[in-house]
Amino acid sequence: MTDISHQSAPQSRHAGSLLQKDSRTVRRNRAEARFKIYGIFAIAVGMLMLAVLVYNIVTRGVGAYSQTFITLDVELLESKLDKNGNRNLEEIKKVTTFGYAPLIKNAFEKKVEELGIKTPLKPKDQAAILSKSAEAQLRDFVIANPDKIGETIEFRFLANSRVDGYMKGRVTRESIANDKSISVEQLDLVDQLHKAGVLNKTFNIDFITGADASDQRPEAAGMGVSMIGSLFMMLVVLALALPIGVAASIYLEEFAPRNWLTDIIEVNISNLAAVPSIVFGILGLAVFINYMHLPMSAPLVGGLVLTLMTLPTIIISTRASLKSVPPSIRDAALGVGASKMQAVFHHVLPLAAPGILTGTIIGLAQALGETAPLLLIGMVGFIASNAPDSIASGLLSPNSAMPAQIYEWAKRADPAFYERAWGGIIILLVFLVTMNTVAVILRRRFERRW
Amino acid sequence: MSFVKLSVPAIAIAAASATAAAARDNVQVAGSSTVLPYASIVAEAFGENFDFPTPVVESGGSSAGLKRFCEGVGENTIDIANSSRQIKDSEIEACAENGVTDIIEVRVGYDGIVFASDINGNAYEFTPSDWFLALSDKVLVDGQLVDNPNNTWADVNPDFPAIDIQAFVPGTKHGTREVFEDKVILAGCEETGAFEAFKAVNGDDKKAAEKACISLRTDGKSVDIDGDYTETLARIESNKDGIGVFGLAFYENNTDKLQVATMSGVVPSTETIASGEYPVSRPLFFYVKKAHIGVIPGLKEYAEFFVADEVAGPDGPLAEYGLVADPELSETQQVVADEATMDSNS
Repeated sequence: MTDISHQSAPQSRHAGSLLQKDSRTVRRNRAEARFKIYGIFAIAVGMLMLAVLVYNIVTRGVGAYSQTFITLDVELLESKLDKNGNRNLEEIKKVTTFGYAPLIKNAFEKKVEELGIKTPLKPKDQAAILSKSAEAQLRDFVIANPDKIGETIEFRFLANSRVDGYMKGRVTRESIANDKSISVEQLDLVDQLHKAGVLNKTFNIDFITGADASDQRPEAAGMGVSMIGSLFMMLVVLALALPIGVAASIYLEEFAPRNWLTDIIEVNISNLAAVPSIVFGILGLAVFINYMHLPMSAPLVGGLVLTLMTLPTIIISTRASLKSVPPSIRDAALGVGASKMQAVFHHVLPLAAPGILTGTIIGLAQALGETAPLLLIGMVGFIASNAPDSIASGLLSPNSAMPAQIYEWAKRADPAFYERAWGGIIILLVFLVTMNTVAVILRRRFERRW
Repeated sequence: MSFVKLSVPAIAIAAASATAAAARDNVQVAGSSTVLPYASIVAEAFGENFDFPTPVVESGGSSAGLKRFCEGVGENTIDIANSSRQIKDSEIEACAENGVTDIIEVRVGYDGIVFASDINGNAYEFTPSDWFLALSDKVLVDGQLVDNPNNTWADVNPDFPAIDIQAFVPGTKHGTREVFEDKVILAGCEETGAFEAFKAVNGDDKKAAEKACISLRTDGKSVDIDGDYTETLARIESNKDGIGVFGLAFYENNTDKLQVATMSGVVPSTETIASGEYPVSRPLFFYVKKAHIGVIPGLKEYAEFFVADEVAGPDGPLAEYGLVADPELSETQQVVADEATMDSNS
């Protein structure tokens, strides 16, 4: 071989020195160098985009993870909360959150007096720097501990979103010139309370564990419940899409005869993978809600819709990994007398499992970030349910999903929700990166190459 | 394989829970994105103060909400439609066709529509005529109806600067659009005298003239926004000369980014809207399916709570957020308490 090439080389090319490149070689080398630069440039652009994206998300969203709190000692007046003094829970429940407002107002007034802060504000306006969720927090506490009525208890209340924005630098004295929700005097009070150590900005675990809140109290909104909604949807997807997808692809790949019917099925599965997700949402509305009468806004329905969406992804990746198992393994198993099913389940499937798992995880990650189909089945909206107490209620009681919650926040009027939307994106991205990392690790560790 | 064994009970659980899904125990609301913040404030307080689950409130626009409302009676349909305009006769008919006959109309209060531009931009003092001249498809020039020739605000009104007209108005699925057409464009149409001209062209047909008045230009000066006010705000932030149509409550939450224009010399605020001085305001409604009362737990309680004095009254949380309280709230409370349906003949 070497002899032949050695002999034929001078004939096909101009004779030349190896050290001195001829013009054609120089051109080819230049083209190669140019291509490398293009490639590096393309990667650099991609990395730059990613860096800008991550930078934007983190800088805008990180604020959601800290929150301004105000510590107050509230006297749980028996005269307001339990007029008859018999600690009957039903009677205590009759006092609505509106009935708790005076207690907080008194506590605030007392605190300001105690600290010797001079302010021209009326007590009502002073207490207005607290979140509207304070009353609800107080009421929940009293209903959980009716025996504490009459005592003075220390509470940590959220400050309202304007005050919180002021502490984070989003709201300034200039920007509130036309704002009716807060005044310069209130900001002065905030400064003084901050100096006295009553008002502090700390890490906000409620953002990660809490439920959505209404437009009036963005400071109390959290991702927790929608995370649980997403979790239940993913469980449904996993429980349905994985067995159905794997069964379908094993049959198609290993058992089905090759004819026009299987060809049509194959083409259709590929087509299904390319169908926009909103189409599955419309289908879900028509089939699961209007025809099967499943409840609206339920993660079960969301999970079913996302199952439809994920199935083709799983089938395609499973078939690919089944195909990559060399036929010699099947032949060897069949040769020693295994049935076809034994060959598949004992030998082919275990070898294909890492690929199947990777495909499934990527399919799940895709489903986790999907909003459009949820729009039509009522999972996008104000859904401030409590964390579900059982598997059945987790599947059936109304809930949102992480991307739906982010979308919902991004739409709301108060700028504080905007910050929370970015904060939510960080959580969602952490989930997605984790899932994809797990997929990569699984593939690296268990995949076998032939 | 183990996952086959695992997934069988999982499917069984899913199937079993699906059959158990007969009864819905939460109130389901959809509709106007203007009413959404109010409804979510009420829903949240309702969930806190009652033993019922927190209602689910979706948005999507008044028309979309009423369409879903009219899809029929049953647990897979919504119980309440929020609307920033009154239900239309055609919608009542569509409802009736699907068996939704007894509808309770609840007026919760009033809301202003404001015109706002970027905080650092030019301040405007509008009249309805300005808007008609800026956005209408055809205007009156020297007694002739011609295609709208106005390109800048200075063309509309010499007092305005020579800035290109760029308006972001709510899309047709929003109830706000209708109020904008009725109270601003149509009013301007009549003020400028174009209404009479349209009437003459259409053979004295008042309906056709009104329709001609409110048809907006389609050359890109007027942009329909089908999303929420946040989308309008984003458009204005990227196009500093743009002017957008917002709800009063939305503007009040974004006073650091927007400046509001006066209409006929009046600054919009809850006070001027309540007194009727500010002309562009509209009532907000929600519609309740009477057939669902008693079936869906908490539905009537939610409706009653929404219009209770401590919620929708002048000192309640809704007024604090930007709703103009209804002076006739006690009558509305009576309507809800009696479950009085709308006149079925209308």
